Amino acid sequence: MANYYQPEIETMPREQMRALQSERLVKTVRHVWEHVPFYRARMEQAKVSPEDIRSVDDLSKLPFTCKQDLRDTYPYGLFAVPMKDIVRLHASSGTTGKQIVVGYTQHDLDLWADCCARALTAAGGTKEDIVHISYGYGLFTGGLGIDGGARRLGAATVPVSSGNTQRQITILQDFGSTILCCTPSYALHIAEVLRDSGLTKDDIHLKAGIFGAEPWTAEMRAQIEQMLGIRAYDIYGLTEIVGPGVAFECSEQTGMHVNEDHFLVEVVDPDTGAPLPDGEQGELVFSCITKQAFPILRYRTHDIGVIQHGKCACGRTLVKMTKPRGRTDDMLIIRGVNVFPSQIESVLLSQGYTANYQILVDRANNFDSIEVNVEMNPEIFSDTVRGLVKKEKELEEALKSLLGISAKVHLLEPNSIERSTGKAVRVIDKRKLID
Amino acid sequence: MAQQLSVFLQNKPGKIAAITRALADAGIDIRALSVADTTDFGVLRMLVSDLPKAKEVLSQHNCVVSATGVTVVAVPDEPGGLARVLTLLAEHSVDIEYMYSLIGRGENKAYMVFRVSDEKALHTLLADNGLDTVSGEELGLRQ
Repeated sequence: MANYYQPEIETMPREQMRALQSERLVKTVRHVWEHVPFYRARMEQAKVSPEDIRSVDDLSKLPFTCKQDLRDTYPYGLFAVPMKDIVRLHASSGTTGKQIVVGYTQHDLDLWADCCARALTAAGGTKEDIVHISYGYGLFTGGLGIDGGARRLGAATVPVSSGNTQRQITILQDFGSTILCCTPSYALHIAEVLRDSGLTKDDIHLKAGIFGAEPWTAEMRAQIEQMLGIRAYDIYGLTEIVGPGVAFECSEQTGMHVNEDHFLVEVVDPDTGAPLPDGEQGELVFSCITKQAFPILRYRTHDIGVIQHGKCACGRTLVKMTKPRGRTDDMLIIRGVNVFPSQIESVLLSQGYTANYQILVDRANNFDSIEVNVEMNPEIFSDTVRGLVKKEKELEEALKSLLGISAKVHLLEPNSIERSTGKAVRVIDKRKLID
Repeated sequence: MAQQLSVFLQNKPGKIAAITRALADAGIDIRALSVADTTDFGVLRMLVSDLPKAKEVLSQHNCVVSATGVTVVAVPDEPGGLARVLTLLAEHSVDIEYMYSLIGRGENKAYMVFRVSDEKALHTLLADNGLDTVSGEELGLRQ
């Protein structure tokens, strides 16, 4: 028997869903036209007026919104309500140039909570459950997002946040947590620390886990499920849309249902922007049709995926998306943190290094590592080891303060990083995260 | 004073061999040499017979090089000779950043290359105690 939180929505017949979406899209387009000069200007440029948008069939007439637009309008340029109506601000973990800020009204937090409650319910969660949330709480949407869903469901939340794994295990044992929410790599880390403490899955009480914010493979899923004695569910989201809960996995574990009564999903050709049909791989594009504060339209995620309509064996009719199969840009996700090579490059240049560098990403013991190889040059060369070690440390500290994670720096001699005749190979990602 | 050639060394096999080979091919003589290293990288320091030429040759071999002023001290070539010099430095708080010895020696003298925290203090100290220094030119080095 499938578990639904809002069965009338989750199993809604397609025509009814389309009607609901159309009504909401029309309303949202009017809302942004009236309240966000950016969208009005963009629509005018594209020669589209709110009257042209009558149903979801007209979605592709609307211009795209991209990450740069969020940076250009930082911090509040895309907000569609006055600050008196905003009750929460979140910011992206990525720090390319400027971070991005997203606001929520109480209505927005409520619908987000509904989305996460659907995800928890699909994973078998009820008000009886104890939801152990090891996503970071704070500006990052992970912790508070799932927290909102768990409370909406009436479950008990354990807002433990990330870190201090021994303590996490003690809490898992003593509090009797039944559902674990964190990044998949942290789940595996918890599983390993549990094992190394001489404990087994029988010493804890978990039945399910909801893991997201970074790519993971079927092998990782199998490993997590086996080591923790749970079923592991995927969840998808991004701050620009709402946070976790944009899409969630059901018991079939064959893709994620998009909460499409709130977020319209399209797949487009990354080069031309042309919409692609079901089953064809392209860039995922989302539009928020119910949010008040930050109703972003046709947001290009750079995530590559496939969508498929149809009724799922779980009974849901919500469109399904594959887990992202890669990126159209060079963004790396390292321990849940978004990292762009250009960020690393700007740090190198500001410290007197050249743009000849290479980023090595690997995963050992389920822990992502990042190393930066950079070439030495006469301007920063010091003839004492102490001086060079100091340079190396300064660079590591600058990278850590920018990225929020530690990167090991290796100083190399000039021309030791292979020059490419075409596009430079800046990133070597040895993790095998895409199935 | 003498000008020392400093070379950045990435830690990989055959690196010093390649550098010395390049210098040899250019007819450059190495008169003193030391290596300081960490697990990742090191610094090769040398007194060479022709510094400008050595810099040029090694730059062509993708090396990062620099010239650094060092002091070559003529240490009495007898038991306790070096200890006497080092004790003097220690007593007068002149810190040694690094030191190494010259290949070959003078009459009753061994030559030591010093890089210290306070070059001027070092020279005064040596002069006051009857210890000689040797310039790069006196060693026959083209600086």
